[in-house]
Amino acid sequence: MSLLERLGYRLEQRPVPPGRVVFLVTVGAIVAALIVTGIIFSLFGVNPFYAYATIAERTLFNFRGFTEVVRKSIPLLLAGVGLVLAFRAQFWNIGAEGQILAGAVAATGLALFVPLPVWLMIPGMFLAGFLAGGLWGLVPAYLKVRLGVNEIITTLMLNYVALYIVRWLINGPWKGASATGFSYSDKFDRAIWLPTVGTTRLHWPTLLLGLVLALFVALLLSRMQLGFEIRMMGQSPEAARYAGVNFLRTTLILVLFSAGAAGLAGVGEVAGIHHRLIEPNSISLGYGYTAIIVALLARGSPLAAILSALFMGLVFASGDIMKVALRLPFQITGVINGLILMFVICAEPFLRYRLVRLSAEHRRGLNGRGVESAD
Amino acid sequence: MPFRRRFVYSDRVEATSFSSEPHSKAPLLSMRDITKRFPGVVANDRVSFEVRAGEVHALLGENGAGKTTLMNILYGLYHPDEGDVYLSGEPVRLVSPRDAMKRGIGLVAQHFHLARRHTVAENIALGLPDTPMLFPTRALERRLTELGERYGLAVDPKARIWQLSPGEQQRVEILKALVQGAKILILDEPTSVLTPQEADRLFAVVRQMRADGEAVIFISHKLDEVMEIADTITVLRKGRVEGTLKRSEANPSKLARLMVGRDVANPERKVASPSEESVVRLVGVWCKNARGVDALKDLSFEVRHGEILGVAGVAGNGQGELIEILTGLRKPTHGRIALDGGDITPLGVKGLFEAGVAHIPEDRNHIGIVPSMSVAENLVLRQYRYKPFAKGMLLDWSAVTGFVQDAIKGYEIATPSKDTIARLLSGGNVQKLILARELSGEPKLVVASHPTYGLDVSATALTHRLLLEQRERGAGVLLVSEDLEELMKLSDRIMVLFSGRVMGVVESTEADRERLGLMMAGVQEQGLQKHQDLSVTEMGI
Repeated sequence: MSLLERLGYRLEQRPVPPGRVVFLVTVGAIVAALIVTGIIFSLFGVNPFYAYATIAERTLFNFRGFTEVVRKSIPLLLAGVGLVLAFRAQFWNIGAEGQILAGAVAATGLALFVPLPVWLMIPGMFLAGFLAGGLWGLVPAYLKVRLGVNEIITTLMLNYVALYIVRWLINGPWKGASATGFSYSDKFDRAIWLPTVGTTRLHWPTLLLGLVLALFVALLLSRMQLGFEIRMMGQSPEAARYAGVNFLRTTLILVLFSAGAAGLAGVGEVAGIHHRLIEPNSISLGYGYTAIIVALLARGSPLAAILSALFMGLVFASGDIMKVALRLPFQITGVINGLILMFVICAEPFLRYRLVRLSAEHRRGLNGRGVESAD
Repeated sequence: MPFRRRFVYSDRVEATSFSSEPHSKAPLLSMRDITKRFPGVVANDRVSFEVRAGEVHALLGENGAGKTTLMNILYGLYHPDEGDVYLSGEPVRLVSPRDAMKRGIGLVAQHFHLARRHTVAENIALGLPDTPMLFPTRALERRLTELGERYGLAVDPKARIWQLSPGEQQRVEILKALVQGAKILILDEPTSVLTPQEADRLFAVVRQMRADGEAVIFISHKLDEVMEIADTITVLRKGRVEGTLKRSEANPSKLARLMVGRDVANPERKVASPSEESVVRLVGVWCKNARGVDALKDLSFEVRHGEILGVAGVAGNGQGELIEILTGLRKPTHGRIALDGGDITPLGVKGLFEAGVAHIPEDRNHIGIVPSMSVAENLVLRQYRYKPFAKGMLLDWSAVTGFVQDAIKGYEIATPSKDTIARLLSGGNVQKLILARELSGEPKLVVASHPTYGLDVSATALTHRLLLEQRERGAGVLLVSEDLEELMKLSDRIMVLFSGRVMGVVESTEADRERLGLMMAGVQEQGLQKHQDLSVTEMGI
């Protein structure tokens, strides 16, 4: 007899978890992760209540701080919505990081070397970034459908390829004239920097793009034939084949959108913030990996990804606060990310099972027979 | 703990002595007034049920009647909300399957729980409490051979599970239960995975167990097999006991009435009027299976308008591949297929669906539907690309809703709503959903694979009626089934496949089990060769 039964409970499987439960379980997992983070704070000698109060004050209750939260959530939103789409089709794209870099490279190439009229430059950069990011995803997509190559491995490995291409560019052919001793490209012409809100670093065109994309993917999944095919493929590949879904075509299109969205995020980072191609780990602070958490927290809903991207943006922004105000290492954000991911995954059983109190009669019966059954 | 572990490795004689213990007057098992509620349904409503040693007690009922719930309670998987279970007159509370097993209850589930890469003996040793650490299977293998001989359950203890047929795997499950000391053996829909011959062997095993004083609970929804094997029959309907009868008091129509709650009309096949024109015609078709071996060899036949062509054969003789090439899931390596005279050989799934080929797949729960999608979505799983459901790149869900409501009503799909997840439907309702979807477009050819496998009486009757309606409408129907009665009842002609070749085609009026059985075993009849001698020029393509 299990411990649960001794306590008068048993687990029952839920047929379909209701939305309310999904939300509460997700929030519960995040709270659990924050409690453990609080313990880590105290191990560093920082009062966790003071730490969270400081973070809240400087991010949520401070205009400039809040724009930083939103700014950091932009790449998470774009890449995260893309991953929501890919995950719905059971295409495990772990390569958003590389796709972000591919987008950044394409935007930089256009900004520095292609003489386009200024008004065409910003749309051009976004288009180039979308296509470059998409192309970075199409290779694994094609290999998966045609040859059955595991996309987790190929997308992940292509991240490193992208990373070293960027390093090579900023140290070699694209190294800036002014960059003596440093590795970065020339600065973009000021006319083609993305506009920001006031004097903050919030490059709103990218944000707008992210919100539009989230709406579009929501529409795609619920109202479009392509979305129906994507969901079929993800939920039952055998049934999708029976229904006549063209796997190659559908996969290529969905991955183009998924990886292209991450490419857009890369464009936003170089054209909106750095205004040049720089060290890859500074272009993306691991946004492509954190976007996986964004997508998992959103549980398949592109609109929920807006919320989860904001939340993970808050985690990133608080990393700066922790470094400056609390003298904690910035890497602690990685710890928080990891804890959230772990707790969210560990909370899965709460969605699939529920705890049911055994009937009074049954409890009596068990207690009465406790000794005998223990035998 | 009266019979804990005593039966493990023990001799059957000792095991049987249990029934002569003090409570021997009491039935071996008695379940009294069992009630089990799930949200929204009462799965068992004051069900009482008794089994004596040396008795085969059938639990008969349609899908969803509460048979499996009752057995899950007996096996310790569920706990009754009300009611008690008595073993040999003594009240017990079965807390877990392990507990039930210790008390001598064994379950052979419909879906087997075996580790496919391990041997028979290893799988059985896995469930035993006193398996030795070293050489865990040595003593067991001897015991398995003994038991196997005694009951006619011969299985090589050293064979690996994946090498065994479903029938043999079932024998392993039965052996597992016996070795664990089962006195009460529950067989849940045991014949659903068996060929007629294997079913006969199973019945012999069950009879031997009865002779040895075992109690067997035989769960089924098939009237004929219940009449054949059971001593006592309890009929469940909608969670309640409709009656408990001795076999001598029972007859199939009486049981059917108890089970369904009304008289079941057997759909009548109107006298044949197939036209001379073929709907689909195959000439010299070859194809390879998933492992690259030739699965169909020089296959030539036709299905005519207004005809049901039955396809008989032991599983794995090319029926699966035949279905696949007719529905576009697999491409023939040689040969031609024509639909109404037009060449459809190169078409894929989508093209064949558009050309008018409906497909009722064998694995209805994994291929025929997307289990996690709604009933509505599943009803347009194949037609979502076409008008009126498609508007440009968008889906018109309001048009879908109209169609779905008609389908749910027209095909009597029992579902709480159109947005219910299809996985939650019973097997019969899943099949109705698939039939509604596939037959809605007035297809020219209906390809149906084991369409009544695992269905209850009323869903089977409905499926038969719908297939016959398609025939009367002038469509061609290709019906693959392992149920020879079904084939003889519905088909105009029956084609027998063996090893990827046509062994013969017989008029169903001239078909009988023996004749078909011989062809299924690979004995070709004389004079049937001419059916295969269609040439490409004859087809006009």
